[in-house]
Amino acid sequence: MRNRFVETTTALLAEDPRTALVLADISADAFDPAAYRHPDRVLNVGIREQLMVGVAGGLALTGLRPIVHSYAPFLVERAYEQLKLDLDHQGASAVLVSIGASYDRAESGRTHLSPADVSLIDTLHGWTVHVPGHPDEVPALLRDAVAADSSAYLRLSTLHNARAYGGDGALRMVRDAGPGAPLLVAVGPVLDAALAAVADLGVSVAYTHRPRPWDTAGLRALAGEAVILVEPYLAGTSARVVSAALADRPHRLLALGVGRGDLRRYGSAEDHTRWHGLDAGGLRRSVTGFLDHTAAGFLAPAPVPAGR
Amino acid sequence: MTTTTASAGPAPTAAPPREPTATPRRHPTVPPLPAPVVPQYERIRAGREFGANVRSTVDVLWVLYDRVLRIAPETVDDPGRDRFLLSKGHAVAGYYAVLAAKGFVPADWLDDQGGPDSRLGDHPDRTLVPGVEIGSGSLGHGLGLGVGTALGLRAQGLLTPRVHVLLGDAELDEGSNHEAIAYAGATGLGSLTAIVVDNGSATHGWTGGAAARFTVNGWTATTVDGYDHDALHTALTGHDNHRPHVVVAVVDQGE
Repeated sequence: MRNRFVETTTALLAEDPRTALVLADISADAFDPAAYRHPDRVLNVGIREQLMVGVAGGLALTGLRPIVHSYAPFLVERAYEQLKLDLDHQGASAVLVSIGASYDRAESGRTHLSPADVSLIDTLHGWTVHVPGHPDEVPALLRDAVAADSSAYLRLSTLHNARAYGGDGALRMVRDAGPGAPLLVAVGPVLDAALAAVADLGVSVAYTHRPRPWDTAGLRALAGEAVILVEPYLAGTSARVVSAALADRPHRLLALGVGRGDLRRYGSAEDHTRWHGLDAGGLRRSVTGFLDHTAAGFLAPAPVPAGR
Repeated sequence: MTTTTASAGPAPTAAPPREPTATPRRHPTVPPLPAPVVPQYERIRAGREFGANVRSTVDVLWVLYDRVLRIAPETVDDPGRDRFLLSKGHAVAGYYAVLAAKGFVPADWLDDQGGPDSRLGDHPDRTLVPGVEIGSGSLGHGLGLGVGTALGLRAQGLLTPRVHVLLGDAELDEGSNHEAIAYAGATGLGSLTAIVVDNGSATHGWTGGAAARFTVNGWTATTVDGYDHDALHTALTGHDNHRPHVVVAVVDQGE
């Protein structure tokens, strides 16, 4: 995904003189050709993330469209107040593109893990969040984000599904188990594991690479009484928007994702996927447990008293 | 009196903490406000007692808006205007008074500052006040935004406008400033001027002087009496356009 981001951003810098790129050393080598061609619009401030976002805010105030890029924890967590004040409070906007995701570099340990990034962005107002599930989804999402006027966050990962899905982020039914079936919604690169987990269960599966703004209308059209949310970042990040979308209906929600604890373990991204229960086996255990409860009558209609 | 520190020169002699270190002059009594600002300042003050930091910023603001900045109420949206970014957003009453004196905001906006229907908060909001370039309040944000503004103007071929950012000496405690100071100096961002109003309020002081933090990174620097309008004007126009420039305006500590 990072390569597709570099290619697309390099092209955008050549196509549109409003576009600028702000870096804090991360990926700077990959942008050397673009920096050579556009020295005033490819700005590497060194290992200074507060300045990186502040510069983006200043660029936006002069009418440019900044793309800001670093590792997710340094881009979103370290410079959070700059996102809140130097962009949002100024009425300025930018396109943030991160790499690293929740645990792409698991062997690097906690400092390079960022499961909370989407939750933090979600505290801000009016942002679009894209979580592509395949490298081929990146170019169109990035181009759309840069062409818009509002702020956007693209969360790139080394984890991905076997195939790409286009579209604007509206929920797309990938596996239809029929009317009223439990609906599993997978965000970005967790789709393949989710499909494998419920392959022999009567569960519909829908996909999105755009958790914000959430496709409320699409969810209302597809959801039955039981909804399972699988996200590749903090568990429950989108629970509030799903609950709001279904507030007027009896429903049950199981929200799966990355846990909050610091596991203090290295290993690979695949190890962490398993430890957080996001592999096919872990997801299957969670989903069957949830559906057993549903079947046991949690959602059975209350008996209607005689005479009514 | 004006004290100039060459960018490549040795750091000024160390001074005790909590003291402005290159003090051109002490004022036993603070001089009177610039006369054109007095009615607006008294109107927004509305009988309240302001801290010394409010009063001590008015002179440099007046010199900027009266003699330095190429900006007027009718050019607040002109891409080629000079930019003034108030980073220490708490010293705001004098800012509003100067903006009113120069016609950027109607004088009656000065009434009920911070009230439920007022556009003028205790920290400024750029979306609410014509001529205000940034919303500020949390310290340490203006210089980074100023660096980005200067870079954005340059990238669009706008080489005339100058970007001025006003900070306080205590605000320099925030590490974000030092990211901006180092980068602007290393890249020779010659369209940027920082103004540090130094009232000796940094808790641990700036041994060697506030200006030294800039000059060691390749800025030019001038330290002046923050109430001396001619000295301020000379300092604020003393940049060489090849390096960023800082003016340290030393003012009364208000004690």
